[in-house]
Amino acid sequence: MTPTILGLELAYWQETTIRVLLGLAALLLLTGGVVYLYLFKFVSFMQSRLGPMEAGPYGSLQLLAEVGKWLQKEDITTENADKTVFRLAPAIVLASTFVMFAVIPAGPSAVIADLGTGIYFVLAMSGLSVVGILMAGWASANKYALLGALRAAGQLIAYELPLVLAVVGVVISAESLNLQDIVRAQSEGAIFGWDGIGNPFILTQIVGFTIFLIAVQAELTQSPFDMPVAESELVHGYQVEYSGIRFLVYFIAEFATAVAFAAVASTLFLGGWALPASWGLGDGVMHVVGPLVVSAKAVLLVGVVFWVRFTLPRFREDQLQALAWKFLIPISLANIVVTGVLKVVF
Amino acid sequence: MAKPQLPGIVKGLGITLKTAFETMFPDGPLRPPAPSKGAATVQYPHEKEEPAPRARGVIALKEENCTACMLCARECPDWCIYIEAHKTLAPPRRAGGKPRSVNALDRFDIDFSLCMYCGICVEVCPFEALFWSPEYEYSEVRIQDLLHDKSRLDQWMHTVPDFEPLEPGSEVKVKKVPR
Repeated sequence: MTPTILGLELAYWQETTIRVLLGLAALLLLTGGVVYLYLFKFVSFMQSRLGPMEAGPYGSLQLLAEVGKWLQKEDITTENADKTVFRLAPAIVLASTFVMFAVIPAGPSAVIADLGTGIYFVLAMSGLSVVGILMAGWASANKYALLGALRAAGQLIAYELPLVLAVVGVVISAESLNLQDIVRAQSEGAIFGWDGIGNPFILTQIVGFTIFLIAVQAELTQSPFDMPVAESELVHGYQVEYSGIRFLVYFIAEFATAVAFAAVASTLFLGGWALPASWGLGDGVMHVVGPLVVSAKAVLLVGVVFWVRFTLPRFREDQLQALAWKFLIPISLANIVVTGVLKVVF
Repeated sequence: MAKPQLPGIVKGLGITLKTAFETMFPDGPLRPPAPSKGAATVQYPHEKEEPAPRARGVIALKEENCTACMLCARECPDWCIYIEAHKTLAPPRRAGGKPRSVNALDRFDIDFSLCMYCGICVEVCPFEALFWSPEYEYSEVRIQDLLHDKSRLDQWMHTVPDFEPLEPGSEVKVKKVPR
């Protein structure tokens, strides 16, 4: 079947281009909104101050001003740096974020690529950023950067495990790796026969949800898991030699990844773009409402991530590893076993 | 046995969230948000901060009281006070008396680009010639302009607030700022 838009028939490449551009626009808009809402305003209110107020009404254009500032700065590559690798590293980190977005559904057909193994793809691509960070740390020819990159690698690998294991519980419940099927399973599910709000997996998988959020916090290297970029001991870890637009790319990647993980979490645990099937809204309505629903859920979850980030101080390196290996991984393994048993029993 | 307590993490999250809401809704949750009222900070160029009366803003000089004794210049840790004076004769206090020999100030400069606002000069002055003023808006484009000469220092005198009253029962009388 050839897809049509407003009666026009589209070739495959035209359709894909439109999907990618819309996806990019949504990603950048959400990221900018999240930065303004939480990084500029919410944290300021937590600290009894107002945050940016000058650029635009209530400082809403502050982010544009910051981007303009970073673009003007000199892009320095240190003399001893491995120049190609050094310049490539931020692009890889950013690309791993963008690719994650490709499979997150925002409506009945609003998804760039509807992969059968969607959640597997998301988790694999999020792991790709480790490569970029290691490249950055090594190529900077700076001991702080190298230490930061090694810490980041250790942390990201340690927390990748609970992240994946927490997702397994959802996959067992939904009986699918496809994100659209996971959304549909939540929307059409029922809690002991009552389908008033469907069956969002946050209710049955609350343990998995908590572990997922903790692991996401660590994957994003947000405080209290910000050992890799600890500014008081490592200056800024693997970002120490970056300046100008390349530093900006790391900045964008950090917050875009926060949005991406929040969108994944809201898809897996909060029902994604769908409203409960029993409310009787057809696909036509959900084409419009779906993206709004999933954006709202994702923005709320990013809020939780930032709330924790701006409240808690940094862990020590050994505490950080102990939390993952001795605490989160055993619990998530137990969660898988219990979910599996309950799935067979009911 | 200790009472069961909320984990510190939850308590901390509660504190930050509470502060955020108190900043956003200073009039209570049902009133419209007014963060500019709830914030503890002041939006400086639009509204001026009211500094405390004893705030160390700038040092004022009462030129007539200065005897060029050089105590302040010698005690200054940064050596940022420059004093030059010459001897001269002042008219006698009483009619028919001998003219008095006094030091007249030629130069009394304080370099505020060096000053570290320790206040030792104000403390050490035995003749009540140096005072703290809470004025703070005297930034300059060129660093040389931060060197205030004695006429500029004298202009700060009218911004010096009266001394705070001491605690009741104090045996020392509160000094008056010479006007």
